[in-house]
Amino acid sequence: MLSRIRGALLAPGVAAVMAILIAAIALLISRNNPLTAFSAMWDNISNAESVVLIINRAVPYYVSGVAVAIGFKMNLFNIGANGQYLLAALIAAWAGSQVTLPAPLHVTFILAVAVVVGAAWASIAAILKVTRNVNEVISTIMLNFIATGLVAFLLTEQFRERDTGSLIAQTPTLPPSARLPHLDWLITWTGIDLGNARLLGFLPIAIAIGVAYHLLLNRSRFGYELRLSGLNPEAARAAGVNPKAMVFKTIVLSGAIAGLIGMHSLLADPQFYKYGDQFPRMLGFTGISLALLGRNHPAGVAAAALVWAMIERATQPLSRIGIPQEIGVIMQGAFLLTAIIAYEVVKRRNDANAAAQAAAMSQSVTTAEPPHTAQLPGGGS
Amino acid sequence: MDSTAAYAIELRDIVKRFPGVVANDGVNLSVRSGTIHAIVGENGAGKSTLMKTLYGAHQPDEGMILVNGEPQRFRSPRDAIALGIGMVFQHFMLARNFTVWENIVLGQEPRRRGRLDISGAKRSLDELGQRYGLDVRPDDLIADLGVGEKQRCEILKVLYRGAKILILDEPTAVLVPQEVDELFASLRELVAAGSTVIFISHKLDEVLRHADAITVIRAGKTVGEISDPHSVTARDLAEMMVGSQLPTPETRTSTVTTHRALEVRELTVAPEPGSIKDRVAKVSFEVHRGEILGIAGVEGNGQSELVAAIMGLEDSVGTVLVDGLDINRLSTMQRKARGIGYIPEDRQQNGLALELPLWENAALGHQHSEPYAKGRWMNRSGARQRTREIVRRFDVRTPSIDVPAFALSGGNQQKLVVGREMMSEPKVLLASHPTRGVDVGAQAVIWDILRDARSAGLATLLISADLEELIGLSDRLLVMLRGQIVAELDPATVTPAMLGSYMTGVH
Repeated sequence: MLSRIRGALLAPGVAAVMAILIAAIALLISRNNPLTAFSAMWDNISNAESVVLIINRAVPYYVSGVAVAIGFKMNLFNIGANGQYLLAALIAAWAGSQVTLPAPLHVTFILAVAVVVGAAWASIAAILKVTRNVNEVISTIMLNFIATGLVAFLLTEQFRERDTGSLIAQTPTLPPSARLPHLDWLITWTGIDLGNARLLGFLPIAIAIGVAYHLLLNRSRFGYELRLSGLNPEAARAAGVNPKAMVFKTIVLSGAIAGLIGMHSLLADPQFYKYGDQFPRMLGFTGISLALLGRNHPAGVAAAALVWAMIERATQPLSRIGIPQEIGVIMQGAFLLTAIIAYEVVKRRNDANAAAQAAAMSQSVTTAEPPHTAQLPGGGS
Repeated sequence: MDSTAAYAIELRDIVKRFPGVVANDGVNLSVRSGTIHAIVGENGAGKSTLMKTLYGAHQPDEGMILVNGEPQRFRSPRDAIALGIGMVFQHFMLARNFTVWENIVLGQEPRRRGRLDISGAKRSLDELGQRYGLDVRPDDLIADLGVGEKQRCEILKVLYRGAKILILDEPTAVLVPQEVDELFASLRELVAAGSTVIFISHKLDEVLRHADAITVIRAGKTVGEISDPHSVTARDLAEMMVGSQLPTPETRTSTVTTHRALEVRELTVAPEPGSIKDRVAKVSFEVHRGEILGIAGVEGNGQSELVAAIMGLEDSVGTVLVDGLDINRLSTMQRKARGIGYIPEDRQQNGLALELPLWENAALGHQHSEPYAKGRWMNRSGARQRTREIVRRFDVRTPSIDVPAFALSGGNQQKLVVGREMMSEPKVLLASHPTRGVDVGAQAVIWDILRDARSAGLATLLISADLEELIGLSDRLLVMLRGQIVAELDPATVTPAMLGSYMTGVH
């Protein structure tokens, strides 16, 4: 078990070192001192407040990563998580503001609306794929544009808050019954001072999504058939899996989870509690990188989301000391690329070892025991 | 290059180790120039390691390689190609959506004035083809070709790159007898023109008929070098390969009953788009309890579609009954639940997910039934337990049930597939090429399994390109040609040659 974890961490470890080196080179080329930059970055993440802020930032990333990962497991590329979550967040924000319900029900209602909208929007791509064989990469990218336009239209024409006379288009702010309480007590209870940071309340739901994803993928029949379809669609078909139904269900499921990406901001972040022009707009694309980096593994994607958030948090103060903040994006990109290469190298090594072991096994048996009855029908085979 | 050297290739005491295993432990090989040389051995004996050494895919840890009498070191396949060594792989490496000539010149395109010299490429191809009797039409699409033609393309590809020493990995595994004869006729032409051919095979008859010399490998060592194939029999060779005496084939008594386990009535599979010929045309037959019904036919005459239609994987018209019950409207999964076992023709493509561990592969196709599943959830401990049983009962040689399926040799993969189907105790078994590409040991195990199941009452539909296997195992034989059943033969009286002529429609 320990050696397996060590093996799993080897590739990302190497990739992290490479990413730091590449970032250092980029800093040197742009005539900045890498050491100054790195120490400023470290200072900005090495305190309890920052850790909480990193977790807050990582939570929606994680949901996004899981949404994309579930499609990847079947070789389906849901590039449309972005459109799915924006539309879901807008409609859920509006629907939530139109009802009066007790707290747990209110939150559940909004989550359900988001899931349904995300799934419904994704189902367009799923139907196109299943009936007309339209590549889901193309259709989901196109649907992103349509979703963005649709969100802008709905927000300005239908769902905006009317009675305030405000010029800003935004949905009505959700009442307290629709908000997820923060979790500071989890940390302050240990005596750690959090400063101004709050641990936002969507974290348990994100963890539940991760656990559900794990159970579905690795313990359920559906997950088995999903992985099978991804690894070898022909064999899956021969094993009685209906490929079209599988494609449909997977895209819709990915969309359903994508619908939840915006819920952290909507239900748990005091900055929002509504959908407006400040609402995060690109979370769905980040999920693609995170699914790749985390190898579609429930824990791997979580680690990737934390690293991503950490890099972003770390590079925030750089512009104040005259170093371009974009170094963070360079680090993220370099990390992703080198990690993918490193994964492949490690995988090939492991594969070769497994094959050699099995070969050793069959040989040692061949020489140790009398071989099995070899018969030659009709004097030759 | 010194073409007058006595030996085109010599390997001396080659040792190749992998972590935890010595794959080659003293292999010697001497291939005379201008001969056809066969290498035989069970799967796992170290043949593929040897091939890779010859082809420069890896370097041996010890020993020497001499090419035309000169010691050589191959750092990569490029070095081997530069010395005129070309490899024809068992699994074709051709781009399906490219034409024949495009595939052959790919990577070494002839240019004229900076542009691709298409007519020049086709011309040199025609010349090569005519000289060696390797008949191909340069403008055909690879996807439209039969196995034999694809193989000719692979050989031409190697020749086009100037190879004088050709290595062929199980070249006849996928061919029918007539194609095999054509292949060896071409190889003869090549040898007559000064080339040297090395081939690996499981088919001992063919080795004896066509090879000028034979090297036998067992457990990573050379155990026999036969310079005159006429001095040995297939039996001698087989005994050298497995290292012990073989039992004589037992005579079998018929276990056929009158109970119809599988009935197929007027089954028709519609033509492919662009064609007007039904792929399966009104085929009717029945398989009884305790009977093995063999279907012979040149590949591509509707056998695969017939099996796919019975499994519900291909749309069809007609009736299929299992134990008298109509299964036409059932899904593949429901058909399996009705007691149809299925050994697909290509285990890697249809029978396994190579990256999954063995225990998850054992559940493949049975993921809805005990002990692999409990309702909507997989039953991990049940599946693992059952897999251990399969591994034990069907002699799957593996370090554990957690290794990925790709780590196993072809024979062991196939035993896993066969075992998995047998463990669910089907009433009807559709066995497509059950021993294709497996070694003699595994082949014998699989034959035994099929025979035992037959005596226990299983109705088996056997489709195979191995005519000896068909004749040896079947109680009745049908011949399929262009989607139709054209003959019913008695395996007790038919010879492979006769069968071959029925299969090609000469009869």
